[in-house]
Amino acid sequence: MEEGRIIRVSGPLVVADNMREAGMYEVVEVGDLRLVGEVTRIEGDRAYIQVYENTDGIKPGEKVYRTGSPLMAELGPGLIGKIFDGLQRPLEAIASLTGSPFVARGVKVPTLDRKKKWHFVPEKTLKPGDNVEGGYIIGRVQETSLIEHRVLIPPHVKGRLKELLPEGDYNVEDPIAYVETEDGNEIPITLMQKWPVRVPRPYKVKLEPNEPLLTGIRILDTIFPIAKGGTAAIPGPFGSGKTVTLQSLAKWSAAKIVIYVGCGERGNEMADELRSFPELKDPWTGKPLLERTILIANTSNMPVAARETSIYMGVTMAEYFRDQGYDVLVVADSTSRWAEALRELGGRLEEMPAEEGYPSYLPSRLAEYYERAGRVLTLGMPERFGSVTLASAVSPPGGDFTEPVTSNTLRFVRVFWPLDVALAQARHYPAINWLQGFSQYVDLVAEWWSKNVDPQWRQMRDLMMSILIREDELRQIVRLVGPESLGEKDRLILETARIIREGFLKQNAYDDIDAFSTPQKQVRMMKLIVNFYNRANELINKGISIKKIMDASGDIIAEIIRSKAVIRNEELNKYDELEKKLNGVLDTLSKSVGA
Amino acid sequence: MTKLTFQLNVREYNSVSGVRGPLIIVPGVSDAAYDELVEIELPNGEKRRGLVVDSQLGMAIVQVFEGTTGISSAKTVTRFLGRGLEVKVSEEMLGRIFNPLGEPLDNGPPVIKGEKRNIYGDPINPAERIYPEEFIQTGISAIDGLNSLLRGQKLPIFSGSGLPANTLAAQIARQATVRGEETKFAVVFAAIGIKYDEFLFFRKFFEETGAINRVAMFVSLANEPPVMKILTPRTALTLAEYLAFEQEMHVLAILIDMTNYAEALRELSTAKEEVPGRQGYPGYMYTDLASIYERTGKVKGKKGSITQMPILTMPNDDMTHPIPDLTGYITEGQIVLDRNLFNKGIYPPINVLMSLSRLMKDGVGAGKTRDDHKELANQLFASYARAVDTRGLAAIVGEDSLPEVDRKYLLFGELFEKKFISQGVTENRSIEQTLDIGWEVLSVLPETELTNLKDWQIKKYHPKYRGKT
Repeated sequence: MEEGRIIRVSGPLVVADNMREAGMYEVVEVGDLRLVGEVTRIEGDRAYIQVYENTDGIKPGEKVYRTGSPLMAELGPGLIGKIFDGLQRPLEAIASLTGSPFVARGVKVPTLDRKKKWHFVPEKTLKPGDNVEGGYIIGRVQETSLIEHRVLIPPHVKGRLKELLPEGDYNVEDPIAYVETEDGNEIPITLMQKWPVRVPRPYKVKLEPNEPLLTGIRILDTIFPIAKGGTAAIPGPFGSGKTVTLQSLAKWSAAKIVIYVGCGERGNEMADELRSFPELKDPWTGKPLLERTILIANTSNMPVAARETSIYMGVTMAEYFRDQGYDVLVVADSTSRWAEALRELGGRLEEMPAEEGYPSYLPSRLAEYYERAGRVLTLGMPERFGSVTLASAVSPPGGDFTEPVTSNTLRFVRVFWPLDVALAQARHYPAINWLQGFSQYVDLVAEWWSKNVDPQWRQMRDLMMSILIREDELRQIVRLVGPESLGEKDRLILETARIIREGFLKQNAYDDIDAFSTPQKQVRMMKLIVNFYNRANELINKGISIKKIMDASGDIIAEIIRSKAVIRNEELNKYDELEKKLNGVLDTLSKSVGA
Repeated sequence: MTKLTFQLNVREYNSVSGVRGPLIIVPGVSDAAYDELVEIELPNGEKRRGLVVDSQLGMAIVQVFEGTTGISSAKTVTRFLGRGLEVKVSEEMLGRIFNPLGEPLDNGPPVIKGEKRNIYGDPINPAERIYPEEFIQTGISAIDGLNSLLRGQKLPIFSGSGLPANTLAAQIARQATVRGEETKFAVVFAAIGIKYDEFLFFRKFFEETGAINRVAMFVSLANEPPVMKILTPRTALTLAEYLAFEQEMHVLAILIDMTNYAEALRELSTAKEEVPGRQGYPGYMYTDLASIYERTGKVKGKKGSITQMPILTMPNDDMTHPIPDLTGYITEGQIVLDRNLFNKGIYPPINVLMSLSRLMKDGVGAGKTRDDHKELANQLFASYARAVDTRGLAAIVGEDSLPEVDRKYLLFGELFEKKFISQGVTENRSIEQTLDIGWEVLSVLPETELTNLKDWQIKKYHPKYRGKT
């Protein structure tokens, strides 16, 4: 293949000539150090190359080597439990190769270990001569104790199965089957396949999400639920708890596989996950979390061009596991850093900027990303469904939600979990503002809750929301005229809202008991709160003052608020005792006024 | 740490075709390496240095460190030195004062022994980091109790003009210890574009406390060219990395003032005619600041660590200004100084609600500080937030029309500021003292309000029960 010649180096931008045949987004190797880069603009025989590594010392006249292929992800067994950079280079393998705690340039290590043998079990129902095509499951590899890796015919391959190799140990490059296509070509199938990261993987049909992706976080599950295959954004100023909320999602959500993309964020946060995920147990299976997690770390100080690719890398791996029939969650922290990478690279190419210096194609890139979410009927047989759910942090400068990344993201997501700095400062976490947030999946998932947990769920949720909204109105009145002016029932609203806020919405991500609530526990807590509200309402109707009610029940309400961190998911009967105590107190009050 | 640097021959050119702000254009060069160090000799024999920031076939753009005053297009000689910007680092640098190029400012001899390092460094491999978990006791309640600093953390101080950030930084540098440990300890101090009297304050402070032998200072003053300010933190952190990861020392890196750094960055970016981002700061300022702040932490297989405490001045006390804003998105929390508290006569005037330590949860609690630390801190935050809220209400409707519980919150708020936050400039409180003061001020609230604390913690530490079980 032709070799180009560098004619200009300016930071991560390298311009080379003699590149007439190079394609847009083709991967090239730059200079004597063979740094990896991608073609981002072509003018005549000049190619503008965005280099993924630091270009110190590179000079005009050095060569540019073409690869003829766009940036690809390697897909196959060996991804789970690993940490990669934005180019899918395995960071642990790089460290053991270089023996240094720093990432040096030009290091090349394949994504998937070429030597490791995997135990492959062929699909029994398939035999030579069968017609197969992209998406057919031809066998399985037990990748971790949690994940059965289903080996797929790559998309676009179609033909007659010529040979399926027997059960045994194979590395990712060993053929495990051969497919003969209509035009007589014989295609070897390996455990590994490659896919260009900027192109969505195909499926048969995209379907409407209908099942909640449970997270164990009460405000997410009950107030603003997300569905499997849905999209959510978590915007918030710094210090409002974006990362903690995303980490909680990654830890506790009921997804089969979680891909955590640290896009331009802190190195110590990735270290935190690497340290804690092997020890933490997945609440749904009891297995170590790392056995279902893939980490991508392109921290803020790592090359900015590789930051841009990191989210495509993440979503491509997610689609691959979706195609196997799994529910996958991609958590990206933060898409603002990704957008800034676009801005920085656009600036180097001297593109005409739109709002706040961001390129004009920012909205379409965001749309392309979020549209890769969804619940689908996959290609191939046996028939199966899989989903990709996307939850992303957005980091608006100065906490201003009208800035371009936040406002454009809102156009493409269906769940909005806005973080509120005042709540965070009072250490009310998750600091999601319940008045501004929304979820367009409430109607879709209500049926699931009603069928599987409690028919009252929707009704209780709506009552709690209405109390919170009313509380906000009342607080504004109090600010104007003082608390004395409120009626008894309004004061009950304030008291109940406090219980909802402190006892239900506020959740300590680092408390053993509180961090994760099963749907059953959530419903049980809601019932207790709703019961208090209804009964206290009756008492007020009977002429008992709210002060009297609160004096009598103050201790037990403190106990109710603390119960989230005291009563475990598996001992919900303790809530019956709590309810009995509460009812006892309220009964006594009721009797005191007589019939 | 073996950064791939490059080695080329020295090439000399005799003309400059243009001068633009800090940049000069050297024609006829076709092999300048990106980031190559250049020596510029003026007609009067003066020598300056610069770096290649854009290299093309037939031309190189060089950014001159000391400014371009006096450079003419005809008689200026440029020498491309064939290497990147390197400084020599060694343990001998402790106790000394240098400029950002590693040259002595203290009349002492130049550093002779030492290893050459490129000042840009390489990013730490995230998979090789060790997560910070060791509590550093600063002796300051508002930090130790509520926004704890851990070894390997980057925790900035957000100050305002006239607020005592320097005093606080000096107090932390003097008092910071990891309890029950005697270790090799060093301070690397980067003074970025500071005023001369600030420089004197710190030098005097280090001399008086006898700490000077453990401190290496890198100084660029306010009136120096912007490039020098850009280099200062990088040179300082290059030494910090050497001391931490090759000499196994625990390093506290203090960078002051990052606002001066960011202003210098904007000035240079404008000179290069780059597309600006917010408020004229370059679009890559986040990435650029990260390349400084992320040079912090602990790594596998090395005993040393770098803990970073950058100090910045919020323009007009505005925390949403791009400099504090981008900093807060990169650092692991922030300590925010507050003008109202300062005007009330409270030192340190730390606004605990706006402050945050992201790593605190992993360095405090049972076996690390005390078993009530986390919950007590949460309770103090929640109660103080309510007290501040109630103050606002009291100002409108009058204190008398508030319910009794709200009046108790007002009392709590006062006590919290006067007893817990406020302390002396030389007062060094143990963590136990800090937590006990916390319980003391909380005890004015009814027990039913203490919903963040566990029952057993109340029984064990609440002044009402203490010593009675």
